[in-house]
Amino acid sequence: MTASSMTKPQKRSKRAKKSAASPNNRAALFFLAPWLIGLICLTLGPVLASLYFSLTDYSILASPNWVGLSNYTEMLTADKLFGTSLKVTFTYVFASVPLKLIFALGVALLLNKGIKGLGIYRTIYYIPSLLGGSIAISMLWRKMLGGDGLVNQVLLKVGIHAPDWVANPKYALYSIVLLSVWQFGSSMIIFLSGLKQIPSDYYEASSVDGAGKIRQFWSITLPILTPVIFFNLVMQIITSFQSFTQAFVISNGSGGPLNSTLMYSLYLYKKGFAFFQMGYASAMAWVLLLIIGCFTFIIFRSSRGWVHYEDGGK
Amino acid sequence: MAETLRKTVWLKHLAIMLIAFVMLYPVLWMVGSSFKPNNVIFTEIGIWPQQWEWSNYLAGWSGIQGNPFSRFLSNSMIVSIGAVLGNVLSCSMAAYAFARLSFRFKAAAFGLMLLTIMLPHHVTLIPQYILFNQLGWVNSFLPLIAPKWLATDGFFIFLTVQFIRGLPKELDEAATIDGCGLIQIYWRIVLPLAVPALITTTIFTFLWTWDDFFSQLIYLSDVTKFTVPLGLRLFLDSSSQSDWGPMFAMSVLSLLPCFIIFILCQKYFVEGIATSGIKG
Repeated sequence: MTASSMTKPQKRSKRAKKSAASPNNRAALFFLAPWLIGLICLTLGPVLASLYFSLTDYSILASPNWVGLSNYTEMLTADKLFGTSLKVTFTYVFASVPLKLIFALGVALLLNKGIKGLGIYRTIYYIPSLLGGSIAISMLWRKMLGGDGLVNQVLLKVGIHAPDWVANPKYALYSIVLLSVWQFGSSMIIFLSGLKQIPSDYYEASSVDGAGKIRQFWSITLPILTPVIFFNLVMQIITSFQSFTQAFVISNGSGGPLNSTLMYSLYLYKKGFAFFQMGYASAMAWVLLLIIGCFTFIIFRSSRGWVHYEDGGK
Repeated sequence: MAETLRKTVWLKHLAIMLIAFVMLYPVLWMVGSSFKPNNVIFTEIGIWPQQWEWSNYLAGWSGIQGNPFSRFLSNSMIVSIGAVLGNVLSCSMAAYAFARLSFRFKAAAFGLMLLTIMLPHHVTLIPQYILFNQLGWVNSFLPLIAPKWLATDGFFIFLTVQFIRGLPKELDEAATIDGCGLIQIYWRIVLPLAVPALITTTIFTFLWTWDDFFSQLIYLSDVTKFTVPLGLRLFLDSSSQSDWGPMFAMSVLSLLPCFIIFILCQKYFVEGIATSGIKG
């Protein structure tokens, strides 16, 4: 402000007034206008509205009636399917995220040490991540793991009579876990770029001191990589909790067989858009937010204990 | 010594290739199956068709329930291109303001923007649906495109802010001295220099919109408005065991745009993922 008031007497220095130091509130408002409108109308407003709806019995067909916390209490006490969907989702997250990260790290380690053709391998391993979110791949998966699908044809060749994986309540969810683990490529690329940052003299120095490969992995590679592991873990957990498409396609929208693939998002969708219980679905959305928030918080808190930063600081 | 070293290198290559082969097998098998006659698709484990059957593509292309597949493709293209244009413009505008301008409540606004990235879309889903319903936009492409013009994908703002911060400020200052206004600086200097960030935004917006099943499922109900994911699902619902060929053929077709973009822009993929952790 002072800089611009000093130049005030000279009329022609209007341009200088726009120098980087002076605030440009009006221009900023112009550039931020689309974002601001979106923020208010499509994010903040809806967040508040959804909190309100979660305390009502709103369906799109009739106007909302205040019901207090009864949506939440119904979820926790009466709605058995809600419990099922939580169990399915937790199983999915706890099975798929660690497996995916272990695979990603393992293959990244294989690819790391100046191997020839890294670019091609990296491309190949990324392809599942590229295509995996599509309907086409989910449909392929459903058909591949079905009773007479590709997997069972192969197993039959070696004399194993396998069940219909997607129609069996015991295995259906794990076929979706497999689909998720299959897409480890993008995590792997993040690990690869993390591995590249480790200075090679660390390894040279430690091998002079007589450390073997395994010892080097535990005391050099893994500690230096912990920030990357942390990042991958947070991202994967957040996205896994919201997983929808794969379960929808593989169970044909039902969450079956016997609700064994009734993921949280799928149940929320059914409540909101099949049964039009939009108040209830809003409450479910808030519970999901709470769950994801808790997990993120726990991982952040615990990270002080296991994530090492090279500069030794915060 | 050198002998064992070479052996381990070979073993490593072998392991890597084996894993790669197993991973790609399902996709390759689907591509192969799309050229096989229906009756052998589920008995042939091999990829290469023993007998080439092009009719799958013709049958698939002719569509379903009186809607040619080209309609689903063009609907998807409209939605994806509309989303890309919106995201590139609105996110880069916001990013320019955050990276280069000083204004009141900047830190708070930036923090808020970062928070929205973490927000699961479920929380805004139902009120947004009600809003679009009241606007009469349900069963049109607007709910899928309009939010992108309002920079609701904070992630791309963040990505572009990071990129613009890395550009030398001297260019902006020189342009100011030459008499450029802020809009001109944004349009003529910052945007052309930020092209790599804009390409990353373009690629990922396109792919995510192309594959986005959830919103399209909610907002589009009329078959003539269906996009590729919804169209494919129609195939899945109405196909009996006998017409998996056409469905695989159209599945392959639906993956083609993603694949072509990937091959053309590999560099941006790897850099985009490695530097910002975009989920692929």
